[in-house]
Amino acid sequence: MKFTEDHEWLKTEGDLVIVGITEHASEQLGDVVFVELPETGTEVSKGDEICVIESVKAASDILAPLDGEIVEINEELADNPGLVNEDPLGKAWFFKMKLADASALEGFMDEAAYKDFIG
Amino acid sequence: MSDLKRTPLYDLHVELGAKMVPFAGYEMPVQYPLGVMKEHLHTRAKAGLFDVSHMGQVIVPGARAAEAFEALVPVSLTGLKEGRQRYAMFTNDEGGILDDLMVANRGDHLFVVVNAACKGTDLAHMRAHLDVVEEITDRALLALQGPAAEGVLEALVPGVAAMRFMDVGIFGWNGAELWVSRSGYTGEDGYEISVPEARAVEFARALLADEAVEPIGLGARDSLRLEAGLCLYGHDIDTTTSPVEGNLAWAIQKARRKRGEREGGFPGAARILSELEDGPSRLRMGLRPEGRAPMREGVEIFASAEGGEPIGRVTSGGFGPSIEAPMAMAYLPAGTQEGTTVYGEVRGKRLPATVVPMPFRPSTYKR
Repeated sequence: MKFTEDHEWLKTEGDLVIVGITEHASEQLGDVVFVELPETGTEVSKGDEICVIESVKAASDILAPLDGEIVEINEELADNPGLVNEDPLGKAWFFKMKLADASALEGFMDEAAYKDFIG
Repeated sequence: MSDLKRTPLYDLHVELGAKMVPFAGYEMPVQYPLGVMKEHLHTRAKAGLFDVSHMGQVIVPGARAAEAFEALVPVSLTGLKEGRQRYAMFTNDEGGILDDLMVANRGDHLFVVVNAACKGTDLAHMRAHLDVVEEITDRALLALQGPAAEGVLEALVPGVAAMRFMDVGIFGWNGAELWVSRSGYTGEDGYEISVPEARAVEFARALLADEAVEPIGLGARDSLRLEAGLCLYGHDIDTTTSPVEGNLAWAIQKARRKRGEREGGFPGAARILSELEDGPSRLRMGLRPEGRAPMREGVEIFASAEGGEPIGRVTSGGFGPSIEAPMAMAYLPAGTQEGTTVYGEVRGKRLPATVVPMPFRPSTYKR
């Protein structure tokens, strides 16, 4: 599993990458009450705001970690946004994307580096 | 956060694991480890303890204090019985609201509680118009709210269970003098308790020792008051909104209205009295957005799904843990009927919302 500085986790599954937010991010957000997901088939560029997470405190965005195409979204989050707090690293994945350049994953932090990053 | 003030309960908040944030010049707990959602639900199910010591506590002494105070508020205070409290607001010459407050008649003086953020200007305003105004700086203020509040407080302070909504009284607790009112800011039954600073932590611990009581932060305080349809000063009401526009006409007694015994005589009376007679042009109303996306402060409201100019703006909004849905307050044209569908523009999309009466959840005051 790889981690971004925007507190997303990335996990490879065949030629796809699954994207979610870290436990640290879900704790910072507080209780999540609404998630808006991108549409499948959307071509995204690194840094695009593609998901919205609303918690009891505020709205935050999830950014596309890399260039690619959204191929699957986690529909369950729309009905049960609380999953983001209950199981951020598992059931609360946000979307799967096909990377334009699979080797681009190399540049992200591993778990040890991410732990240092969040202090 | 070095120039921020701390309440007498600061160390207790930290010990309880609170996340502290700056609020109105104070370091205040926004949430405890339980989290906003569970703190909210706990308050509705059992009892929540809130530190509201940042709010201003003021005494206006004198047999004629009520009469003099009426020059600042559109509320009847000479008609307020001893041992009773009333909601009021300071108005300016344009009829806007300078702050909202609670005023209690305690016999030979008024006891006034004002918002933390307005404390300084409120004191200056009162001092400019009243002979003697004493700020109380050696007392903490706690709120105990929720269905279990009565039983919890009665066990420590016998007699409080007999109070009714908006009663005030002075009680003893282990040698400390408590100033108790049966009121709050959650829509729940409960109490607000002024306690000598030196005894505040001990008193808070005694309340928290009851398993029904959890400490509750500002986050849940906001969602609780929003579900109860209560205004947050600086957001839902301010110097540009009149009490009538703010849907607070209920707080203005007949005696201060046109043809009343003490008609007018407060700042902005011309505008406020005419709005009471003829209706305001806009009014604070409740909105229930469809779906789950919250409409937060600043969201513009439109009459139709496409085109047109905004007809209003959300002043407070969020997710209501007890109603399990988003809710918002907005100023809309006064003729807008309940049940009307309007559209809030959220991230460039117009989402439908229904105009509804407030509170969003029925209040459970002990009247």
